[in-house]
Amino acid sequence: MSLLEIKNLHVTVDGNEILKGIDLTVNAGEVHSIMGPNGSGKSTLAQVLARRDAYHVTEGSILFEGKDLLEMKPEEAACEGMFLAFQYPVEIPGIGNTYFLRSALNAQRKYRGEEEMDAMDFLPMFREKLKLLEMDDKLMNRSLNEGFSGGEKKRNEILQMAVLEPKLAILDETDSGLDIDALRIVAQGVNSLRSPERAMLVVTHYQRLLNYIVPDFVHVLVDGRIVRSGGKELALELEERGYSWTEHEPVGARA
Amino acid sequence: MSTDMNVVHEMAAKDYEWGFVTDIEEDRIPRGLGEDVIRLISAKKQEPEFMLEWRLNAYRYWASQAKADAEPKWANVTFPPIDYQGITYYSAPKQKKTLNSLDEVDPEILRTYEKLGIPLAEQKLLANVAVDAVFDSVSVATTFKAKLAEAGVIFCSFSEAVQKHPDLVRKYLGSVVPHTDNFYAALNAAVFSDGSFVYVPKGVRCPMELSTYFRINAAETGQFERTLIVADEGAYVSYLEGCTAPMRDENQLHAAVVELVALDNAQIRYSTVQNWYPGDKNGKGGIYNFVTKRGKCLGRNSKISWTQVETGSAITWKYPSCILQGDNSVGEFYSVALTNNYQQADTGTKMIHLGKNTKSTIVSKGISAGHGQNTYRGMVKIMKGATGARNYTQCDSLLIGDKCGAHTFPYIEVKNASARMEHEAATSKIGEDQLFYLQQRGLKTEDAVSMIVNGFCKQVFKELPMEFAVEAQKLLAVSLEGSVG
Repeated sequence: MSLLEIKNLHVTVDGNEILKGIDLTVNAGEVHSIMGPNGSGKSTLAQVLARRDAYHVTEGSILFEGKDLLEMKPEEAACEGMFLAFQYPVEIPGIGNTYFLRSALNAQRKYRGEEEMDAMDFLPMFREKLKLLEMDDKLMNRSLNEGFSGGEKKRNEILQMAVLEPKLAILDETDSGLDIDALRIVAQGVNSLRSPERAMLVVTHYQRLLNYIVPDFVHVLVDGRIVRSGGKELALELEERGYSWTEHEPVGARA
Repeated sequence: MSTDMNVVHEMAAKDYEWGFVTDIEEDRIPRGLGEDVIRLISAKKQEPEFMLEWRLNAYRYWASQAKADAEPKWANVTFPPIDYQGITYYSAPKQKKTLNSLDEVDPEILRTYEKLGIPLAEQKLLANVAVDAVFDSVSVATTFKAKLAEAGVIFCSFSEAVQKHPDLVRKYLGSVVPHTDNFYAALNAAVFSDGSFVYVPKGVRCPMELSTYFRINAAETGQFERTLIVADEGAYVSYLEGCTAPMRDENQLHAAVVELVALDNAQIRYSTVQNWYPGDKNGKGGIYNFVTKRGKCLGRNSKISWTQVETGSAITWKYPSCILQGDNSVGEFYSVALTNNYQQADTGTKMIHLGKNTKSTIVSKGISAGHGQNTYRGMVKIMKGATGARNYTQCDSLLIGDKCGAHTFPYIEVKNASARMEHEAATSKIGEDQLFYLQQRGLKTEDAVSMIVNGFCKQVFKELPMEFAVEAQKLLAVSLEGSVG
């Protein structure tokens, strides 16, 4: 059974059709990259997978480990192992980062019928993950994302992913707004989380990130459709030639 | 903290669980109000002459106000006219004799407190908290008296104070809130049945937090508490007040008065978690909470802090205030007020700066959900002699849903040019983005909402004693139940 199976997915937002028939299969252990120009529907796909309700699925199906994802609430999808690293992480005043993350982890553990983690067990694990992302633990005493720089916010997303250990992690433009050092640290964090049990969907419109997080498959999304799929070399070709050619040249052998 | 969230969760699944009625024999007088009723109340309480005179004065003032239709109408709340002659002004559990220990308390009453979660038996008490429990109108039990007496602290029911410490009562009663202050304060002065009295002598730091739980039990019984706290020179006391009331269909009037007096270098912290019955989802029933609370920083370097978490009542009309009379005195007001369903709250504070270099801080957090209407009304007055006075006001509103309202009425009056005033205000909505973010990490909607709300209130919660802060979080979660669909 595939981890994620998207079939003929059509999605509208405010009456406009954004996704026009997406087919995509992701197996455990794979890293897929979704590339495409602005407005092609990349973020919409990410949001739909995270079950945001402003997006209306008009046709098609999504199975997550064989279960109907479209029947799940956002928190259920999360507890089933779906993680979205947000393009714009929100700030929430008054909620400590550490407290929030432990609450989230325990909500997920409870859902899966596992025992909740107390502070004694949580903190050592948490400190390990902080080190991995080279994050200052002073940040963790602050409110959730409040006063964080753009780079700190993105690193915090990956930190959350490291703690929550999802089955499918969607990285929505995680590279945007990162300088080269931050990009390296984020990529390092992501790579350390690659495993045969976990899949990743890396949404980006620059090839740059893919130098650090090397995908197994690259899909090009243009105007709500996947117009081309290939291996990692497809990303390089895109970098060189831009996106426009993908719409005009015939689709070659699909991955 | 995850266990807190669990508790929050359990609580959220419940209806107003304190909606039960204790079946005990009551001693009550006929409905209505007149001089004869005042005399009867005073006689029942075997009060000295000065108290009767004081009550009668207040009654006459109130009656003249009632005749002149002078019930305050400026608050941003609406309710049908109150029939003051339809209320019973005195109701007490029948007691045969004075009680010496808890064993003698009516077991039915003890069970009521157990349901409320007030562990009355000393061994069950929260460490270091003495409880003076008010059941309807009469205090039935006071604990930890011995330890307090050792420190010289007087903590007893108001009735007892009138009998045992008449000089103190006479000196300070009405010195902060005179009966002419307002309509409800006058009514309270005339008919108040009981309440708490605290006196902390010179240089004494009260060895524990003092706590009172109020409870309205008898149907259609107006409850008129009166609390008086005096901190003598260099004294310190922290007082906690918590309220719950059972479910009722008819509205019940609650018009309390609290007076605080701080002498030179004294400090009083007064914390309230108020959870009177708010009415049902359609706005039926609920308590009218018309309360006058005021502290006077009479001495130099004195300090009075009000911290309140208001989640209950159909209507809240309440402005805990400070009169900063002594030089260098400090007044603080930290408030969380939540309105859900059809609740209305018009609450805030008054800071009256009289002395030199007086300082005041106001932090108000209003949360509106459902059809709730939440009004902040605050006055900061810098009088002529208050050279070097400073005020900082922060007033934030959080809206949940699109049928509720938040309103802010700040009044600022400055008569001394050296004053420094700061006012910050912000209104925000619980954003769909924030909710989705938390849900995407695995938190249920209700938990996500209470997490955001608790974050919003953090500045105020941290002013509360620990146990109270936890209770306040639980109450917010319960009160917000069903506000986000």
